[in-house]
Parts: sequence; C-alpha cells; structure tokens
Amino acid sequence: MEHIVIIGNGIAGVTTARHIRKLSDKKITIISAETDYFFSRTALMYVYMGHMKFEHTQPYENWFWEKNRIQLVHDYVTHVHAEDKVIPLKKGSPISYDKLVLATGSKPNKFGWPGQDLKGVQGLYSKQDLDTMEKIAPDNKNCQRAVIVGGGLIGIEMAEMLRSRKIPVTFLVREKSFWNGVLPAGESKLINEHILAHHIDLRLNTNLEEIIADENGFAKAVVTDKGDTIPCTLVGLTAGVTPNVGFLKDSNIAIKKGIVVNRLLETSAKDVYAIGDCAEQQEAIGNRRPIEAVWYTGRMMGETLAQTLCGNTTEYNPGHWFNSAKFLDIEYQTYGWVFSERHIKPYEQHFHWRHPKENICLTIAFHKDSNLFLGINTFGIRMRHPIFDKWLTEKRTAVYVLEHLKDANFDPEFYATHENAIVDQYNAEFGTSITPKKKSWKRIFNSH
Amino acid sequence: MKYIKNSGLVIFLIGLALFTVLPLLGSYKLTSKNFASYVQEQGIKSELFITSIKENITDRSFEGMYLFSTEVTNVLEKANTAHKKRKEYSKIIYAKPHDMAAALGKKAGTGFIVKNKVLLWFLTFGFGILGSLLYILPNVVLLGKKGIKNDGIYHENSTNKGWIAWLVFVFLVSFYLVLYFRSEYAVNWTYLVDPISENLSGNPAGHWFVYGFMYCTVMSVMAVRMYIKYRHNIYQVFRTTSVLFFQIVFAFLIPEIMVRLQMPYYDFKNAFPLDYDFFFQWNLKSLLASGGIGIFILFWGILLTLVIVPVMVYFFGKRWYCSWVCGCGGLAETLGDPYRQHSSKSLFSWKVERWLIHGVLLFAIVMTVMTLYSFFSETTTVLGIKTSSIQSSYSLLIGAVFAGVIGTGFYPIFGNRVWCRFGCPLAAYLGFVQRFKSRFRITTNGGQCISCGNCATYCEQGIDVRAYAQKGENIVRSSCVGCGVCAAVCPRGVLKLENGPEKGRINSTEVLLGNDVDLMDFMNK
Repeated sequence: MEHIVIIGNGIAGVTTARHIRKLSDKKITIISAETDYFFSRTALMYVYMGHMKFEHTQPYENWFWEKNRIQLVHDYVTHVHAEDKVIPLKKGSPISYDKLVLATGSKPNKFGWPGQDLKGVQGLYSKQDLDTMEKIAPDNKNCQRAVIVGGGLIGIEMAEMLRSRKIPVTFLVREKSFWNGVLPAGESKLINEHILAHHIDLRLNTNLEEIIADENGFAKAVVTDKGDTIPCTLVGLTAGVTPNVGFLKDSNIAIKKGIVVNRLLETSAKDVYAIGDCAEQQEAIGNRRPIEAVWYTGRMMGETLAQTLCGNTTEYNPGHWFNSAKFLDIEYQTYGWVFSERHIKPYEQHFHWRHPKENICLTIAFHKDSNLFLGINTFGIRMRHPIFDKWLTEKRTAVYVLEHLKDANFDPEFYATHENAIVDQYNAEFGTSITPKKKSWKRIFNSH
Repeated sequence: MKYIKNSGLVIFLIGLALFTVLPLLGSYKLTSKNFASYVQEQGIKSELFITSIKENITDRSFEGMYLFSTEVTNVLEKANTAHKKRKEYSKIIYAKPHDMAAALGKKAGTGFIVKNKVLLWFLTFGFGILGSLLYILPNVVLLGKKGIKNDGIYHENSTNKGWIAWLVFVFLVSFYLVLYFRSEYAVNWTYLVDPISENLSGNPAGHWFVYGFMYCTVMSVMAVRMYIKYRHNIYQVFRTTSVLFFQIVFAFLIPEIMVRLQMPYYDFKNAFPLDYDFFFQWNLKSLLASGGIGIFILFWGILLTLVIVPVMVYFFGKRWYCSWVCGCGGLAETLGDPYRQHSSKSLFSWKVERWLIHGVLLFAIVMTVMTLYSFFSETTTVLGIKTSSIQSSYSLLIGAVFAGVIGTGFYPIFGNRVWCRFGCPLAAYLGFVQRFKSRFRITTNGGQCISCGNCATYCEQGIDVRAYAQKGENIVRSSCVGCGVCAAVCPRGVLKLENGPEKGRINSTEVLLGNDVDLMDFMNK
C-alpha cells in the first residue's frame, strides 16, 4: 500500500489527508511537532480571550483520526532525504514514504532587530506562542504594557487579545495608516479610528529600533525610531510570516523564500509536494502572490493535491480571490481584487461609501473604461460569497452589481440595510440613475 | 461603575439569602374554623382523620413548617392505613400528603411573614430585582463598544463550571425539588405574592403562582442582560422581546385573568405534547364543562398542534416556537444564556439526544392514545395497564424530573437547553417538520469558514455547527432552535439564518467554493 507522509497538521496537511482518505485506501501519516491533534490556528486568539477552550479549536474529535486510519505522529522532522525517501525524526525512528507532502506552514518574520530573541518577545502563530503569551501576559498586573510591532492582521488580533485582559497596548505600525498596503485609504482610516476607540496606543509611521533586556534576559522596553523608549513586558512581533522551511536546508529541494512548486504542487524533488503557507509558486497565479499564507488557499491546495495523489492529476487552480478578517469589532470580507493606492492598477477605479455613524463601509473596484466589476471590500456588512463568485465569473459591471446588491447581502435578519444609500451615492458621483432591485431568491439560487 | 455593580451583587445576594431561608421560618397555627372549611371543601369523610387532626394540630402553634408538615402527613397516613385495613374505601383520602400539608399550611400561617407580605416581597423579590439590575445595567458602559461580548467566559468561575456554577446548580435543583415534591415549604413564598395573585385572579397564591411570577421576573431581568449584551444584533433583540412578551402575557397574565372570569386556566401558546396533560380526562372534562370557551380551547389546542405549529415551522423553522414563543425556551435564552457553551458537541451526545428525545415523544404519544381510548371507552385500563399509572409516571419522570429539575437545574453544567435538546416531545415533533419539510436553514457562506469553532461552542443545542460550515454545507438539523447565536459569534460572516425555497436547501459539497470550477464539478457530482 502506498504510504503518504504529510509533515504538518495544519489546514493544508489535514485537508490533504482527509481528501486522500475519501478517495483512496492509502496509508496516511501526519507528523507534527506542534500538537497531537489538528486545531484551527486562526482561533488561538479566542482561547486567550476566554471565548473558547483549546479543545474547542479542534474541528474533529480525537477518535476521528483512528477511525479514518490517519496515523498521527507527534515528533519533529529534522531533515528530508528525498533520494532515499526517508525522513529522520528527532525522537522516533525515521519514517520512509512513497509520497511526501510538505505542509509546514510559516513562522513569524524577524528582521534582525536587536533583542528579537529575548524572552517575552514572540509572534502569534503556534500553540506554543499561545502558551508563552499566557505565561508572560496572564493579566495587567504581570504585564503592565505590551508593544506590538507590525500592522497586519495578526498584529491587530494580538492587540485585541491583550485588550481583552485590560493590558495596555502600544501598536507600532511602519506605514502611515493601518494595513494601507492592502486596504484603500478610506477603509484603512476607518480601522485607524477603530483601533484608537479601543484604547490602543496606535503609533503610525513608527519602526522598532531595538528591544532592551532586563537582567534576566526578558524584554523590558522597546526603542522606536522616533527616539521613544516604551517600557513593556511583552513584545509581539507581527510583521508578517515567512515559510517554515529551515529543516530543508541541505535536502536538495529547491527553495526560494518558500518551497518552490509548480502548478501540480510538485517540488524539485521526485514525489515530494509542498502546499499551504510554505509553498511558493514558480510563477504567481493571476494577481495572487507566489506565497499565499492564507487559510483558504492552504485548504484549496490540500483539496487539489489529494486529487493528484489519488490518480486524478489536477493543477492548483484557485478561483476568484476572496478573503475575510475581523478588526476588533469590524468584520471584513473581500471578493475579487480591490487594490490599495500603493498597488492600484492603471485601469482600476474605486467607489467608496461609508456609513455616516456606524463602522460600516465598502469599496467597489471597477474598470475605468468598461465599468467591469473587479472586486469589493466590505466592512461591517456581510456578503454572499456564491453571488460575488458568480458575478466575477460572468464579468458583470459595477452598475449591475449595485443594481443587484440586495441579492448579495448576508447580514442577519432584521438588520438595517444600506443598499439604497450606497446606490444613491454612486448615482450622485457618477451621474447614473441606478435603482436597486428587490432581493430575488431565484437569482440567488441560480448562483449555486 | 464597578462600585454600583458590586453593591448590586450584595443587594441581590441579601434578597436571595432571605428568599432561601424563608421556607424554614414562620409559625403555623391551624384554627378549628379553618380546618372545618378545609374538610368541607375537600369533602373529607374520614372522621378518624378529622378527630386526629383536631387532637394533634388544630389551635396548636408550630414553629417552622417541618413540625407542622410531619404531623399532617403522619395523621393522614395513619388514617388511610386504618381505613384500608377496615376496607372503608370511601373514607380513604386521596390527596397527596405534601399537597395537603401545603394546603393546610397556607391556611395556618401566622405571624410576621403573613402580616408583612409587601415588606417581605420587597426584601426578597424586590432586592433580587433591584440588585441584579444594578449588577447588569453598568454593562452598558463596562462592556464597551457594540460587538461580541464573550471575553473571559472560560476564565470566569460562574460560566466555566467553577464552584459558583455548582452552587447555582444545587440551588436550582433544590428549588425545583421543593416546587414539585415538597410544596409545603413554598407556603411562605406564596404569602409574598398573595397581593399580586389576588389582584389578578382573585385567589390567594399557590406555589405554582410563585413559580409563574418568579419565571416572569427572572426572564425580564435576564432579558435586560440580553439586550445589553446583544445590542448590536437586532435579531437577538427582537427574539428576546418576543419570548418575553409571550411569557408574561400568554403564560402568566391571560391564564390568571381567565380564572378571574370563571374560565379554565389555559396558556394559549402551550402546544401539546409539551402540554402533555391537555388530553387528560380531568382537563377534557373541565373544558367540556366550561361552555363556549372550553370548546374553543379544545378546538384551539388541537388546531395549534396539528396545523398552526407545523405550518409555521414550514415557513420559519422551529425557531418561531422554540426561541420566539416558548416559555421553556424563553427561560433558556435569558437565564440560561450565560451557560449556552456547556452543551456537549460530541457525536456521542448527539446519539443520546436522538434516543432520548424521540423516546419521550413516543412515551407522550402512547400515553395520550391510552388516555383518549380510556376516555372514550370509559375504561381505566388499556391492555391490562392502568392509564392513570402511565400518566402519573409521565408526570413524575418527564413533567417534573426531566423538564424541571434536570431541564433547568442542570443549566450551569450541561448548558441551557438540556430539556429542549434531550427531552421536549414538542421539539422532537417540530424537529421532524423542520428537517424534512421547511424553508428554514442556516446558510453557509461558500468557502469563508476558518473552522475557528465559535459557532459550535456557543450552540446551545449541541450542534457541531462548524462541521457543516467548514464543509460549505448548509445546516439543516432537526434540533436547531434558530437562536441565531452561531451567526452572531462567527467572526467571518459565514452563517445566516434564513427562510428560502426548499430547492437548494440541503447542499452537499466536497470541494468548497473558491477552488477551480472544474475540480468542484468533478468532486461534487
């Protein structure tokens, strides 16, 4: 029986295993040094905040793995001998494989800051990160201030976590507005305001220079490029992540930043594949980045690779881009491409609407000449994924999207709706006379 | 703010403590006159009983209910044993000993409590309401901005099965045990609400009136908590208002007022088989004897169960009943909301749930068929089994122990919908309709799920919501009561409760939206 070994029990590796089991009888082994069982990485924050216990972040009950004959090994892979198809382990005896799947995820970026390896300096990626955070910052007596470095999704999550325990937070963001490499200005501004409203000391345009140690090797303060010294107990490094591929150094597997793969997710070594955060596409697909450290793409690569491994050779071919996040209390969804001012395409035009009082806004990107709908960002409004997927496939115009926006609303029942106000503003700005159509179940269901 | 909260807590605890010790206090002195009227009301023919009560109890003063109750139950037991021995069956008294102790106790109460009903109401109920509001209201400020307020739930002793939770468990279980099995100890509580009862129905309060009044009070106070916690979510606000309205107006006020108007006591929203004794002989007889209104109630009760309930479930899902109307659901959604995360999501619990809830439904149906057969054929047994013994075992096991003691008492440990999930026969019936013929579903939003588990954790019905959401499948489960909290706590906007066409309601997908279309077609076929 063919033995498929998967390194990493995150969403990419586990999705691969589950789909292989659905499609075949192959022997499957998952190796992880992090935890015994798969858990949802994106939910770690809720454990610290007391919304859930760690076991709630595990999507499958513990009996699931044995029942589905997926062998779990809790160990650390030190190396890959691709020629002999053997992987040595730190504790256990080496494991040989017929096909190897590398799904080792990421690790937090460190840019050579002095003091970056001190105790009390950490990212928020792994279960171990959660454990150390619990130890260093159990409450605001033991942790009188935390400094977070890097204004991205994990940074704002870490700030939210610490605020849930009333720990004062200083948030150093290199950019002049939060996440403005991704978000258009209006949205970035909304989030800036929201961060301040949550009593987070947001310092834009500010870089970390150095982390200062106390006599026991713990971080005790950070120094910024503005010359400020901020005393703190915990330093969160959240300036993005980088593929976790250190163990492959001398393994004859081609690596750039991540493990280089082709569209079949094959690496340069025979019968070795890489998926998820640790994989780097030889050539970027569409507007996507070569390395996509996103939950959804990890899952999609897993779904795709399982096909290939079970005899249905399939290229990784992600559909329309989508993503979501939550900035403190504000939910964010995106479908298609809306670029920030930094990356905006020459043909791309934006329509931005913001609610006069509530934390609700949206941006629609469309083609300057043809009015072709390119993408949408929504904040505080939920949208139907299948509808936008369909509109993108059908190459609808922005006018069409606005006309049918009520079909796409996914907010809970009885919520105030904003389509009329949105369309009114569009009409005023672009001299159109669109009237929003009533929600139609028929149109909604044709998208399924 | 903190100060207001803490003083609220102290006031609440004083009220609660007084309420809790009240059953053990007070003195009881049954006058011969009151006893004579009781004998007449009940048509008691046992002179043995009458003389023995006169010798041992009347015009004597008892300190505390324990002595009084022991004496009454002893006398009753002795009298009945003697009559049985002498085969004087017409003289046997069928009243239950503790019910009799409660009835006589109510007449016998004297002293401070009876003379200061209003004052004591204020010191117990009043302090409870005032204290809890002082504790809850500062949350408008303390909880901060609108949004999900689940911070610290698993750090707090009370919401994470700590000793406070266990104390609440002991208190609730004991309260229900008194209510169902030792109602004489509730006599002092009844005095507190006598003025209210007399204003409503014209009668002094019994222990079920205490329960009804307390139910409304607790729901109202905890609804304030819900309004504050979910003020960003209009669905929750609407649902809480609805369930509160139906409890206060339909379950509490209307039945009491009907009694005042010489009509049968009836809760118009309480549908059979939750209302399991609707077809019991005594109820049918009383309805048939009540003229037009009795016939209307009979007709309404049947219509409610056979037509209104299933048709509404078809259009809106069983939520229209379970979390917008039902009293049990109402308490679960208000008092029980802090405990919703404790419902077990394991596959094992789901198996237990299906056996238990459908077992209770079957029990209720068999009992009712027997009851109706006995009623129309005027027999007392069916196939050699006494109908009344089936009825009383249902009343005891399901009506009292399951729905009351376990159903509410176990909130802090097993979550707030223990009864609704594992026991309610009406929920089982509604569940069939919801599963097989309804427009309701929880739509999963394409591929947006990140498997975080908030939805499943906060599902009070123990549904592993995430298991569906992460597969891109809509949630169509018979047990879902449509509380909407899964959709509220989802950080990525993945879930939406909605009523739509039956086509496409159940969707099965292998590969989620967002991946290559050809692959999706290949896998999903």
